Amino acid sequence: MGDADLGEQIRERIVEAHHWGRGLRIVAGGTRERPGRRVAGEELSLGAHRGILEWEPSELVLRARAGTPVLEIEAALATERQMLGFEPPRAAETATIGGAVATAQSGPRRPFAGAARDFVLGVGCIDGTGQRLGFGGRVIKNVAGYDISRLMCGAHGTLGVLLDVAIRLLPVPECEQSLVRECEPLQAMQIMNSLRSRPLPLSGAAWEAGLLRLRLEGAESAVSRAARELGGDAEADARWWQELRDQRLPFFRDARSLWRVALPPTAAPLALDAAELIDWCGAQRWLSGDVDATLVRARAAQLGGHATLCRGATDDPFHPLAPGMLALQQRLKRVFDPRRVLNPGRLYREL
Amino acid sequence: MDTPSPEQPPAAVADAATLCRELRALLPPGAVLSSPSELAPYECDGLSAYRQRPLAVVIPRCVEEVQAVLRLCSARGVPVVARGAGTGLSGGALPHAAGVLLVMARFDRILSVDPAACTARVQPGVRNLAISEAAAPHGLYYAPDPSSQIACSIGGNVAENAGGVHCLKYGLTVHNVLAAEILLMNGERLTLGGEGPDSPGYDLLALLCGSEGLLGVIVEVTVRLLARPPCARLLLATFDSPVRAGAAVASIIAAGIVPAGLEMMDGLAIRAAEAFAHAGYPTDAAALLLCELDGTEEECTGQLMRVESLLRAGGATELRVAADEAERLRLWSGRKSAFPAVGRLAPDYYCMDGSIPRSRLGDVLERIAVLSSEYGLPVANVFHAGDGNLHPLILYDAGKPGELQRTEELGEKILAFCVEVGGTITGEHGVGVEKLGAMCLQFGAAELERFHAVKEAFDPAGLLNPGKAVPTLARCAEGRRMHVHGGELPFPGIERF
Repeated sequence: MGDADLGEQIRERIVEAHHWGRGLRIVAGGTRERPGRRVAGEELSLGAHRGILEWEPSELVLRARAGTPVLEIEAALATERQMLGFEPPRAAETATIGGAVATAQSGPRRPFAGAARDFVLGVGCIDGTGQRLGFGGRVIKNVAGYDISRLMCGAHGTLGVLLDVAIRLLPVPECEQSLVRECEPLQAMQIMNSLRSRPLPLSGAAWEAGLLRLRLEGAESAVSRAARELGGDAEADARWWQELRDQRLPFFRDARSLWRVALPPTAAPLALDAAELIDWCGAQRWLSGDVDATLVRARAAQLGGHATLCRGATDDPFHPLAPGMLALQQRLKRVFDPRRVLNPGRLYREL
Repeated sequence: MDTPSPEQPPAAVADAATLCRELRALLPPGAVLSSPSELAPYECDGLSAYRQRPLAVVIPRCVEEVQAVLRLCSARGVPVVARGAGTGLSGGALPHAAGVLLVMARFDRILSVDPAACTARVQPGVRNLAISEAAAPHGLYYAPDPSSQIACSIGGNVAENAGGVHCLKYGLTVHNVLAAEILLMNGERLTLGGEGPDSPGYDLLALLCGSEGLLGVIVEVTVRLLARPPCARLLLATFDSPVRAGAAVASIIAAGIVPAGLEMMDGLAIRAAEAFAHAGYPTDAAALLLCELDGTEEECTGQLMRVESLLRAGGATELRVAADEAERLRLWSGRKSAFPAVGRLAPDYYCMDGSIPRSRLGDVLERIAVLSSEYGLPVANVFHAGDGNLHPLILYDAGKPGELQRTEELGEKILAFCVEVGGTITGEHGVGVEKLGAMCLQFGAAELERFHAVKEAFDPAGLLNPGKAVPTLARCAEGRRMHVHGGELPFPGIERF
């Protein structure tokens, strides 16, 4: 599929929907429907609105239309040894950069390099009234006006349809080394806790099924020295990290019900009756199994975090907001989408 | 051009005496200041060209007291301006003539440092550097390091999304803050973000960072701490033109190296800094680069060799690696004192804060040089070259009739060019009152309307730091007319800074 600018058609659709007060269900690559509530509305597709708009390797900044596939961007970046630092998951080849930003999804590198929103520099978007807007820019430091670009990141399109995003890039590290060792989850947590405060070239720390894996990246000399210090067996094949990133490990594939629990990284194991995968050096725990939603949410809140149901039957996948917080978010929704046209109810019934 | 005062007319002018009496009833003795001599120290922040005394200064000590002040002011329709250490460079903490200045200086406690989670929970009045000092015993530090870090407070850092010389690699404040407790103008307390990642709902923490005190009053901040890199090496390189130095910077980034800091100064700034700090800079150079690499010993050594060869290939006339920690700090001292150093060259200086795509540096410097000679005002350039944040310092004499006005005109032309090449009018100092006019260059009416509406969602009565950060549409319309007609300014009686 070739590059195309569908901005004007998209705008017209939104203007019309705003006029009639009809909801639009925003779709691009179709890989990020979950987690999310079911949206009642006509489909508004951004899949064909694609193409890299700007990319100057010496700037470490890329601007692309929202419907551009992540894989297409990554293939281009690889020619200059650059990459998307937040490692957005790619559940399928169609997964787009706009979807990654709109849903704020980040991969295993997140605790070491930053989340999706940390790499967002600017967005071009259309709000729920059909108004084209531009926020942020393509420079790294920019404090002019409120940071609406980062507000859009993770808003699931409910504040604006992203047309293009400007993203800060990272250079691909010189070399990569995965280390693996057997251990129980408690011991894995202890090791993760001891790693965080050490100046190591880490880019991944995860535990699954009795195995703790550490990913080291950086200058070859630094990586090999850290590998010697940390011990464990070298894993020749780094595919596991890619499958973790794309949520394609058997753990994810086989899950009928999948929870993502975000916690302070030092929080105790969840100790719920479900298989657990620990990522983000302790800050992200995946649960596979039929666990009671109230129980998961209560346990997550007790540990200082929150839980999202990514797969399985539910009316409310996202952690409930306190009344004052919900009221404030409703007021923000009204600023950008007064007639609730854009993905109405996708995040919360009230938004 | 900017007028010195916030734009909105004072809200219903409260009777100062009554208000002070009511405030005193809520707060312990000594927490309310109202006599002219008590108010004087608070009439400006780090941008001293703008001065305004508030009705009263309040200095609360706990969240409940802040809530009481906010509730009273909400009920009375009195504007409130929060102030941290008062080091801001855009007038963001300039008091409101009919309002209360809420000084958060007594919120100065570090509540906890968690070395395993690598976090610190602190009150907003804690100084930036004090966080790193408290974390140091654990081998940790707080990364954002604005030049004022010895004095500036974390609450103000969050409000302004402060940067520093190391943000190319370690990010701005927004990248290093995990959570904030805020009070809305009505006194309601909210937690934004959290110690676990990705709080549910909209990312209001990102929105708070850089919101210049217009959305809420920050009463607590949780920051992320990083492991102190065991090794840091500083390299100095000189060039016979700033454009060549800019090209060398691009070659470092393109080679996949992200230095911890990458700073540039032009000839005028080099000579001023050397005369001031005796840092050991070669004063005959047209441009000077400071490139800091950090990480493990191995990383530093490897990167240093690569950067040296890139700089040589880029035409560096001199290359020097700081031999020891003392020399490293001395070389940095010149850069860190560049503003006051340049300030000695003329009675006054005006500091700009544009951000540009690095690849346009040559064009922008050329344009600044042309404008500088056109206006007959020298400009020294200090540049966070790694992240494209340019600080042109315009030298002028406010005592000479009309020179201030020409300085501002020159400044606005520089910012207009920054916007034209794809940059921004402010990279790290904020809009405050100073850049309200320049905001009209960057945003159209639709964006400005949304900004005002976002504020209204947090503060429906518009009482929190009113008139700052976002210009009214009327102001921008007036500004555009001014450009069309050129030359003669409307309302010649208005003071223009």
